[in-house]
Amino acid sequence: MSKDERGRPTRRGQPYLDEPEAKPFWASLREHKLTGQRCSACKRMFGYPPQSHCPHCLSPEHEWVTLSGKGKIYSHIAYHRAWHPSWQDKVPYNVSLVDLDEGGRLVSNVIGCAPEEVKCGMPVEVVFEDQSEYTLPKFRPAK
Amino acid sequence: MGNISGKYAIVGMGETKVGKRPDATTNSLHLEAIKACLDDAGVKPSDVDGLITNQPLNDAHRSYAVKLAGMMHISPTYATDLALGGATPIAMIQNAAMAIDAGMATTVVCVHARKRSTPDPSPGHPIRRGDEHWEEPWGHFAAAGGHAFAASRHMYEFGTKSEDLAEIAISTRKHASLNNNATMRKPITLEDHQNSRMIVAPLRLLDCSLESDGGGAVLVTRAERARDFPKKAVTILGMGQHHPHFSLLDAPTLTTLGGKKSSEMAYRMAGLSPKDMDFAELYDCFTITSMITLEDYGFCKKGEGKDFVKNGRITIGGELPLNTHGGLLSQAHLEGQLHITEAVKQLRGNEVEPERQVKNAKVGIVSGHGGSLAMHATMILGVL
Repeated sequence: MSKDERGRPTRRGQPYLDEPEAKPFWASLREHKLTGQRCSACKRMFGYPPQSHCPHCLSPEHEWVTLSGKGKIYSHIAYHRAWHPSWQDKVPYNVSLVDLDEGGRLVSNVIGCAPEEVKCGMPVEVVFEDQSEYTLPKFRPAK
Repeated sequence: MGNISGKYAIVGMGETKVGKRPDATTNSLHLEAIKACLDDAGVKPSDVDGLITNQPLNDAHRSYAVKLAGMMHISPTYATDLALGGATPIAMIQNAAMAIDAGMATTVVCVHARKRSTPDPSPGHPIRRGDEHWEEPWGHFAAAGGHAFAASRHMYEFGTKSEDLAEIAISTRKHASLNNNATMRKPITLEDHQNSRMIVAPLRLLDCSLESDGGGAVLVTRAERARDFPKKAVTILGMGQHHPHFSLLDAPTLTTLGGKKSSEMAYRMAGLSPKDMDFAELYDCFTITSMITLEDYGFCKKGEGKDFVKNGRITIGGELPLNTHGGLLSQAHLEGQLHITEAVKQLRGNEVEPERQVKNAKVGIVSGHGGSLAMHATMILGVL
């Protein structure tokens, strides 16, 4: 666990796997499924981060659905400076806003190509990056 | 309540010395700014019955306004902390006018200070925005990243180039070079900008604002009381806010921000339009922020910011002097508090270095911008 500026343990840089609204999201990723919340009342996708009530109609009922994992790049950047030691050996690295085909947007990384090859509007597809405690959805250029 | 345009005025303002202030703490910078403001307005602490502030970023107190009131032994009838990031300084003044209009106070101090350049050893706990854990696992940590997303998309949609953003950095630095209370005063060239290191592409070091120590405060009261104060009153003509999203994940677009609707509200309240503005103090945490705001505020069409900023138009002496104090990019980053005090000084007409004074400045517009390009506030100020 990393430390904050006052030397206290911090989860900075890591997901909160036990956040109640998001638990199913992280659990499905462990099984290599990218999921999203669909409102049981208005049938629209919630988007991210996960939350208790539908952002469109405030219904408290939803179901988790498995997504195609396909999407398009809304915008992309390249970090040339690491704000966290765990990224020091990765600069320059891509971070992208990925608009998923079924609705909803994620912050993620496009991997499998150089940062300068990533373009706005580019079609991408999900890949699952397993780490010891959790699995992160990342994206690669669509085949 | 009705239209309050022209009914409330800024009758005092104070700024601390900015930059590196190892001599100061977050608390002392607030008190220093308040003292400068009250001295400027010729009033005593006991004349103040309203206090509005922004929770310090390095120590998120509850009820910080009331803590400050206690530190100056006043007992306000109105006090609150606002939390709209860099939109807060303008929102504080809007809130002051509303509180006075509602009869809850008569003489309101709005203060903001921060200590980010040198460490503050006082006890404290840094504040969280709230959705970092949906960004940081993928290596997205910084405000520079959020604004780089906007710049990248602006470049894709409109063909804006890094060299166009440089125009804002160069002009703003020129203004800072003329300001005795600015941190970065050495003029820069296009070459300097293009050679500055990449931070988060497409933003380079010289597209990014400073980390600063310092503070500022203003005193708001009824315009009809203005003659009781020694300095020329600066009237609040228009104000607006708009907050189109919270997170990058729910932003409908990153190339038009809250400034569009917020400025439309302010222009309508003031009965004025962009062509009436003698200068603009637009939030510049990054160069792209000011470019998008110029477009959103109607100074040019969407996507034409890259042409608007050229040929000296935004430099003092040009058609629309922008960030005449040197902005967050080159003077100091106090979340826009000094965009307001600078506008007040420009409108008083005799308080800045002569080469920095906008000639015949009667009306100016100020913007505030906060969070993940999420929050926005606008204020139009003028002298009658």
